[in-house]
Amino acid sequence: MEKSYAEINAKIKTGKAVVLTADDFVSLAEEKGLAAAARQVDVVTTGTFAPMCSSGAFLNLGHPAPRMKMQKVWLNGVPAYSGIAAVDVYIGATEVPEDDPLNSNYPGEFRYGGGHVIEDLVARRPVRLKATSYGTDCYPRRELETTITIDDINEAFLFNPRNAYQNYNCAVNLGSRTIYTYMGMLKPNLGNAHYSTSGQLSPLLKDPHFRTVGIGTRIFLGGGVGYVAWHGTQHFPSIQKSPDGKTLGPAGGTLAVIGDLKQMSPRWLKGISFVGYGASFAVGIGIPIPILDEEIALYAAASDRELYAPVVDYSEAYPSRTPGNMGYVSYAELKSGRIKVNGKEVPAAPLSSYPKAREIAGILKQWIEQGRFLLTEPVQLLPSPADGISGKALKG
Amino acid sequence: MAPKKIVLRFGPDISDKPIIYRLVKDYDLVVNILKANVNPQKEGTMVLEITGDQVDGGMNYLRDQGVQVQALTQEIVRDEERCIMCGGCTAICPTGALYLERPSMEVRFDGDNCVVCQLCLKICPVRAMEVKL
Ligand code: SF4
Ligand code: SF4
Repeated sequence: MEKSYAEINAKIKTGKAVVLTADDFVSLAEEKGLAAAARQVDVVTTGTFAPMCSSGAFLNLGHPAPRMKMQKVWLNGVPAYSGIAAVDVYIGATEVPEDDPLNSNYPGEFRYGGGHVIEDLVARRPVRLKATSYGTDCYPRRELETTITIDDINEAFLFNPRNAYQNYNCAVNLGSRTIYTYMGMLKPNLGNAHYSTSGQLSPLLKDPHFRTVGIGTRIFLGGGVGYVAWHGTQHFPSIQKSPDGKTLGPAGGTLAVIGDLKQMSPRWLKGISFVGYGASFAVGIGIPIPILDEEIALYAAASDRELYAPVVDYSEAYPSRTPGNMGYVSYAELKSGRIKVNGKEVPAAPLSSYPKAREIAGILKQWIEQGRFLLTEPVQLLPSPADGISGKALKG
Repeated sequence: MAPKKIVLRFGPDISDKPIIYRLVKDYDLVVNILKANVNPQKEGTMVLEITGDQVDGGMNYLRDQGVQVQALTQEIVRDEERCIMCGGCTAICPTGALYLERPSMEVRFDGDNCVVCQLCLKICPVRAMEVKL
């Protein structure tokens, strides 16, 4: 059994494509067997809605009269990067106002940041724009204060350099005091464990060898349509192995994604605050996986019982960059709400919304069934575990 | 004298000590336990109504024992529109008032189990949990 992108798209256009969300595909493969499920289904839809710090938007604000080469720019008091052309800026998700108390009153609240600015823009709420400059012959204006909405400016596109982490640590705290991390508040002495993927619904857990997700893959991004632009930063895909050689699912892959912010929705892009850590952004992403052959189907059918997260201590091992982990737990165990770490029972909670991930996979399924969303064959595939890329440590 | 409502939070090291007994006996207080809960991590929370002349002394005694004491004047509500159902509050809430329903993994809030410790106010990334005065 082999199918091509063209064949699947032809079926989508005539409304005959069989599309299943990843969790339904897992059940179907368990019930009917993999071969039958692979024959029957054309596309499997995945989803994730989780904090994704490495996100931001490029905006072209348009020129005022007289013209201005904006040197410093603030949106609702949050600095935007303007070291590019005159009225182009990049607003990054984790940027916070210069007068934010940060962690001076530990743990800080980080109530408003770049992610909140993007949410306000996409919600079509007015945003205060302030810009200063030094003035040039062609761009004389030195100061500007005004209010904009997303519809008043030329372009607004999301460009997130690292999203959709393939897998993520299950974070615990072995220390004796509460710590505040990007994995949430971790209580001392293994008081809780936090994980952050949607497990069997998560896009890159279902394509461990990057056989289908590549440059140009059309995706659900923030409630609208987006594209995979590149592999993400820190894209170090690998297959996890237990000490006795058992395969524990993939980890390490990431995506850079892009899409027109003007057609996205504040329902799927949310500014968030991590107490004691900083401001961030929750992004909704859904990726379709074409079932081109049985091997792709096999990976797409991986269940929460076959996908594992490494348990990592955030009190000491993570901050000091000590390699290794404290073992692996399956997503089935994590979702049960109790895991065993060092022989102790620890309550586990997600930071990634499973109900929202399922909703995204469902919306994407609907788009495809309605013929509104065709699959794209990647222009180029991304590095896979076979390429053996690993992270570099910074000297200093 | 009007009774005072307070919330007590105990760490696992003291949740098995006879603190309330001493509070009643040594400070001559009338104590009415409205809610009490010890979670699997042995962290205890309790909502009390207390009356007596030595309330302040009793509160100092509790603090000396390492109990966190807070006045209960408020109610916690969830803004259902804002909540993104991430689940991040469910292993933090000490009483299980915020919990995951399985297998849907939807986050539910049961105000009856809430002891107004206010932990969720800080840790909810979208500030969906609010104090209602
Ligand atoms: S942490 Fe906030 S957003 Fe997340 S489930 Fe709890 S109340 Fe909802
Ligand atoms: S205030 Fe929040 S964390 Fe505390 S008991 Fe109530 S719901 Fe749980």
